[in-house]
Amino acid sequence: MAFWRRFVRSRSALLGLAVLTIVVVAAATAPIAFSGSPFRRVDQPFLPPFGSYLFGTDVLGRDVAAGIAHGARTSLMIGLLATVGAMVVGTVMGGVAGYYGGLVDDVLMRVTEFFQTIPTFLFAILLVAILAPSIKSIVIAIAVVSWPAVARLVRGEFMAMRSREFVQACICLGMSDRRVIFRHILPNCLSPIIVTGSLIVATAILIESALSFLGLGDPNTMSWGFMIGAGRTFLRTAWWLCTIPGIAILLTVLAINLLGEGLNDTLNPRLRNR
Amino acid sequence: MRTGTGRFGYVVRRLLQAVPVILAILALNFLLLHLAPGDAAQVLAGEAGSASPEYMAQLRERFGLDHPLWARLLLYVKNMLSLNLGFSFRHNMPVLDLILQRLWPTLLLMGVTLVLSVGAGIVLGLLAASRVGSWRDTLISILALISYATPLFWIGLMLIVVFSLKLDWLPTSGMETVAAFHEGWARVADIARHLVLPAITLSLFYMALYTRLMRAAVLEQAGMDYVATARAKGLSEGRITLTHVLRNAILPVVTMAGVQMGGLLGGSIVVETVFAWPGLGLLAYQSLFARDFNLLMGIFFLSASLVILVNLTVDLLYTFLDPRIQAA
Repeated sequence: MAFWRRFVRSRSALLGLAVLTIVVVAAATAPIAFSGSPFRRVDQPFLPPFGSYLFGTDVLGRDVAAGIAHGARTSLMIGLLATVGAMVVGTVMGGVAGYYGGLVDDVLMRVTEFFQTIPTFLFAILLVAILAPSIKSIVIAIAVVSWPAVARLVRGEFMAMRSREFVQACICLGMSDRRVIFRHILPNCLSPIIVTGSLIVATAILIESALSFLGLGDPNTMSWGFMIGAGRTFLRTAWWLCTIPGIAILLTVLAINLLGEGLNDTLNPRLRNR
Repeated sequence: MRTGTGRFGYVVRRLLQAVPVILAILALNFLLLHLAPGDAAQVLAGEAGSASPEYMAQLRERFGLDHPLWARLLLYVKNMLSLNLGFSFRHNMPVLDLILQRLWPTLLLMGVTLVLSVGAGIVLGLLAASRVGSWRDTLISILALISYATPLFWIGLMLIVVFSLKLDWLPTSGMETVAAFHEGWARVADIARHLVLPAITLSLFYMALYTRLMRAAVLEQAGMDYVATARAKGLSEGRITLTHVLRNAILPVVTMAGVQMGGLLGGSIVVETVFAWPGLGLLAYQSLFARDFNLLMGIFFLSASLVILVNLTVDLLYTFLDPRIQAA
């Protein structure tokens, strides 16, 4: 409860939490509130927003509000899955490098640097294009370009922990490496990992929207980036087709960032002023 | 102190370090080719079936598809390193020529963006740090937070709506008015007008990044002993900030600008697509649509090499900016 009390002290973090809750509720209730496919035609095209449809209809007469709700599912799902992937790979790479040090560390860090040097977005495009666009390939591509940040962070934490007395004691007691890593070191550096994870979710949602804007989204799934890409041609006549999904992305990413900063302040109070 | 030869040795060492990275990029490309369904020739020819059987046979031979894997890898690396990037069926042009032709618009866009974002980031960061907690600081922080969260392509589209469609101040797309046949300065002015919106769009995110970085760096420097000394000497606050703090606080921004080079290139794909800016990014987008993977991989290879080159330049620049940093 001390955690919660510290967390609610930050107004911006609460705001982030509130906005994100709305997005999550929209995503969760999308199949009920907007049953049927979001690609389905509901009325005549180009009905303006705030009329009989909350956000109007698009060029094919599809309900924009349904697209927003179903798009929220896609964004959150891809954001979360890609982040989990990036966290697992990054934690293993960074953890092994930081714990064992030496040659292992050198090799793994070279690999990490390599993935940070190459133009990551172009690489993600290449991956999705070659693996054929689908939820799976998008998740893989985003995870592949996001793990190096986690690896660097975890490596730093593990290196610092490695020389701490309680870890030295564990090693002297003859504990296996695996037990030291998973039971003693990892729980102690969980809070910075969680904070980084929350920021990666935000970036992942941005990357996903850019990929689907370029036409690399899963063709069977509605997403915000796809909606903006499809509405682009009608910028002059139907402003809401691009504007509304864009605001949805902006609010969601902003909310996650605020939440992440709030978590950071709560979990690492000593770093508040950094 | 290190002399000129020390710096020369450093350049050579850094160039040598770049070699394995380039080879790794090639290996990655090769691996991707083999991840794709079908053999490399089918992937490269595209699935639209526009390739003739002769071209397919030629591709199979070029990639040595009847040879074992390691021989194919060697052949591939040899081809790429001799800049034999193949032929784009769609554009009816060698890939290398095509890329070189589209390179300079991208370099122009990236260069202007770099100057704009670093410049504005430094100024805004200084302004925010000089009065911590004031409304000015809060406003700049909020703007930075919003820029962080906005998709680039969406900002671009919104800027088009406001400045091109509603106000009709700036052109919506392209790099110049081709039909006008401008020459000399008129052409420069025309290109500059077309450049405004793409450059601003691409700059916003990085401006936010550099602003936050600059603010933190200035605040960190402000607590240093040398600032207290300067103040004790009776220097004005403006003089302390501009001649002492600025020089030290700028270093992390320069480092970050180098690190972000690859990101900038990725951002330019999206921005060029939105504004139909005829650079590498638009070419990448078009090759996506045409499923011209050979071209896409060529772009990836050359832009990755470009990023490595830029990083090297930034590292060198760094040793000039801060002589304390030994080129080690």
